[in-house]
Amino acid sequence: MELFLQQLINGIALGSVYGLAALGLTLVFGVLRIPNLAHGALYMVGAYVTYFALVSYGIPYIAAIGLSAVVLAVVGITIERLVFHPLRNAPHTHHLIAAVGVLFFLESGAQVLWGSEFRQMPSPFVGTVEVLGLNIGLQRLVVIFASIAVMAALYLFLKKTVPGQTIEAIEQDRTGASLVGIDANRVSMMTFGISAALAAVAASLVAPINLVFPTMGEALNLKVFAIIILGGLGSIPGAIVGGFLLALAEVFSSTYISNAFGQAIGFVFLLVVLAVRPTGLFSKGV
Amino acid sequence: MQVLSRHWRKLALAVVLLVALLIPLFIDNQYLLGLIMLAYIWAIAAYGLNVLLGYTGQLTLAHAGFFGIGAYTVGILTVNYGFPFWPSLLLAVVFASVLGFLIGIFALRTQNEYFAIFTLGVGFVIFLVIERWESFTGGSLGLIGVPYPEGLGPIQFEGPEQLYYLILAFLVLTIYVAASIAHSLVGRSFIAIRNSPDLAMAAGINVGRTKQLAFTISTAIAGLSGGLYATYIGFLGPAIVNVPTTFEILLYLLVGGMGSLSGPLIGAFLVTTIFEYFQQFEAYRLVIFGPVVILLIIFFPRGLAGLWGELEARVRRSPEKEAEGREEPSREEVR
Amino acid sequence: MLLKTEGLGITFGGLKAVDAVDFEVERGTVAAIIGPNGAGKSTFFNLVSGFYRPTSGHVTLEDEEITNLPAHRTVRSGMARTFQTTNLFKESSALDNVIVGHRVRTRSNIFDAIFRTPRSRRENRQCRDRAMEALSFVGVDHLADRTVGSLPQEAQKRISIALALATDPKIVLLDEPAAGVNNEETQGLMDLIRKMVEHDYTVCLVEHKMGMIMGLADKIMVLNYGQKIAEGPPEEIQADESVIEAYLGAEEEGEEDA
Repeated sequence: MELFLQQLINGIALGSVYGLAALGLTLVFGVLRIPNLAHGALYMVGAYVTYFALVSYGIPYIAAIGLSAVVLAVVGITIERLVFHPLRNAPHTHHLIAAVGVLFFLESGAQVLWGSEFRQMPSPFVGTVEVLGLNIGLQRLVVIFASIAVMAALYLFLKKTVPGQTIEAIEQDRTGASLVGIDANRVSMMTFGISAALAAVAASLVAPINLVFPTMGEALNLKVFAIIILGGLGSIPGAIVGGFLLALAEVFSSTYISNAFGQAIGFVFLLVVLAVRPTGLFSKGV
Repeated sequence: MQVLSRHWRKLALAVVLLVALLIPLFIDNQYLLGLIMLAYIWAIAAYGLNVLLGYTGQLTLAHAGFFGIGAYTVGILTVNYGFPFWPSLLLAVVFASVLGFLIGIFALRTQNEYFAIFTLGVGFVIFLVIERWESFTGGSLGLIGVPYPEGLGPIQFEGPEQLYYLILAFLVLTIYVAASIAHSLVGRSFIAIRNSPDLAMAAGINVGRTKQLAFTISTAIAGLSGGLYATYIGFLGPAIVNVPTTFEILLYLLVGGMGSLSGPLIGAFLVTTIFEYFQQFEAYRLVIFGPVVILLIIFFPRGLAGLWGELEARVRRSPEKEAEGREEPSREEVR
Repeated sequence: MLLKTEGLGITFGGLKAVDAVDFEVERGTVAAIIGPNGAGKSTFFNLVSGFYRPTSGHVTLEDEEITNLPAHRTVRSGMARTFQTTNLFKESSALDNVIVGHRVRTRSNIFDAIFRTPRSRRENRQCRDRAMEALSFVGVDHLADRTVGSLPQEAQKRISIALALATDPKIVLLDEPAAGVNNEETQGLMDLIRKMVEHDYTVCLVEHKMGMIMGLADKIMVLNYGQKIAEGPPEEIQADESVIEAYLGAEEEGEEDA
């Protein structure tokens, strides 16, 4: 029972990271119809920015995460302008291929600049707290609460502010949105910026538990795609729920079945779901 | 004009083939010869990808997985079970294409980006199975000692020169098959689907079955290239099956030109050579190639072959253009 | 009766886009379907040609049930169609666009292709010949080698029709064949449709240009909100109260009329 609860907490912490990362990916897909295969690479760069802010410049952890989010937002916007904007009328295969190019560039760039060694990110939140007889790592609690705070902030932004509403409007009805005069260009940039910033926050939160290295985004990349397909491409609640579900499935099957199975379960599930429902679990039909 | 250019093309082809045949006589450097063989193998794999992506317009990200199934079929059968090479290679193609057919049934129910993501998942699962099924595949330690092919009648495969001709023969065979398909009605059906699935359907083409066929052919060719890779390299590790390999094959195709007949060969040859040339900058390879991929897809989505075609068309057009004034001549769909 | 629908309908999310439509097209005639925007005309075409699967009713072609056949099978059984927007492949030649239309009448498979069998060669030629024939029928054979994207709208419309004809159809469904072309060109397309009928094709068209409809159609069906509100020869339809009402009601939506 204790193991179960312990793993439940671990699953929720992991799920909130997955959820955050998947949110960014699903936003970009929903608004721009771009399956951004480079999302995992943005996540990785985000972790490095936080790491260096923390280690080289001594910026406090939370502020470093904020800085990383801003830097990645700029990176995201730049990529949108330079890469995806020129391709907006190209066939979908071209978007995917361009995203692969970005992935190549960011991943190998990180390798060249920062080396391929694994780095441990120091976090001020060390130690454990005891809750109901369970020893829970402080960092895990930080991950959970910070993620929930960011998700809530995103929700408020999308629902309550004008720029946020324009994003939602385009996501729900592209032609309608362009009819009422929404500037699609600005929305594209904003979406990319937010998406990259979310990836940076997710990576920076989980980095002290895992490690920082150039290919850290690869496994996550596939997983967040699994999540947003399961949750329905472009669906925000789907991304969050899917993130938690995948994380819990992974954690529990690793604990009770085998580690390899835990790693594979997301993809197996993805393939089964798509084989049965080719447009995802919660899609609104074609 | 058209006839002349066709003759030129044949001549160019003959020259290229002649050079390819003479290469082992002039190159003593075993290393260089090995490099060329590797380029041929990747070119074969890229032809497989081209059938599906270039002609039919479906982006599969499982290509390295099927390449790996071909490679590991040969590896496991020869190393673990002492099978001769030739039946193993045949089984590699059969196994990759049967699995491709079966997976295609499900994969092709999805469309566009869903198809790409589905196949990404397929590729990753194939990788995981190969990496984790240690008792069968050797896991991350890999398989060591994949033999050279046995002799065929008077031909013995004792050194790299003989293997070179074997791989070249398979490359020529692959190109012949690709050309035959491209110029056939089957190929026209593929292209019609790439151009517009709706229009293809309205022309009476069974889109589902035709895509299935393209997928199966592409996986069969991937299996062939994998099988050849196994005997060429002699040892297999799971990394070669992983998704980045798919991206590399994609890069070859993109540089050479999607949907063209010469593209996969040009791309594989050029990229492997350049990679090799910049070997001391190993780490920088992808830093450079990332932006190259992006620039190509934005400005030259048809790659070098497309660029060449455009130049050729411009040259051919210039005298007529003065007379006609405005219209562009047709670019042939298949080159 | 060549084409016949009985109680044909489809529901999208509770909305009856096409509602229990009975319709018949006689061999060698021109039938037209009109109605305000969003009346379900294109949806009706999509149902008949197998692009959508109906939720109710039947479609028969020469008394043969084709209701649930997928689109490519309806083509094989003799029904061809064009689309509202010409979505030919702009980067290849007119001929290359049309050749594939005759593929449905050929049998050569992947093995014929790989081994370059005589059948493959013969059928390749057959498709090319049939495509040239279709292009010359619609009057654009001189443009066969030109890139479609470089040709004017009217030529593209004709090439779309040639593609449909290359499938050797009994009936051709034309979805707004004259959209986006000028009056003179519309006349030309009307002549082409008359020529098709003279050559034993049966034509069914959706069109907004009333002049064209009235000049061509032997029979008109009027759809409004997915339902058939009138059917008959042009004179009758022009005088029909419910039709006039339906069109007046839709006037604010900006009907395009010729």
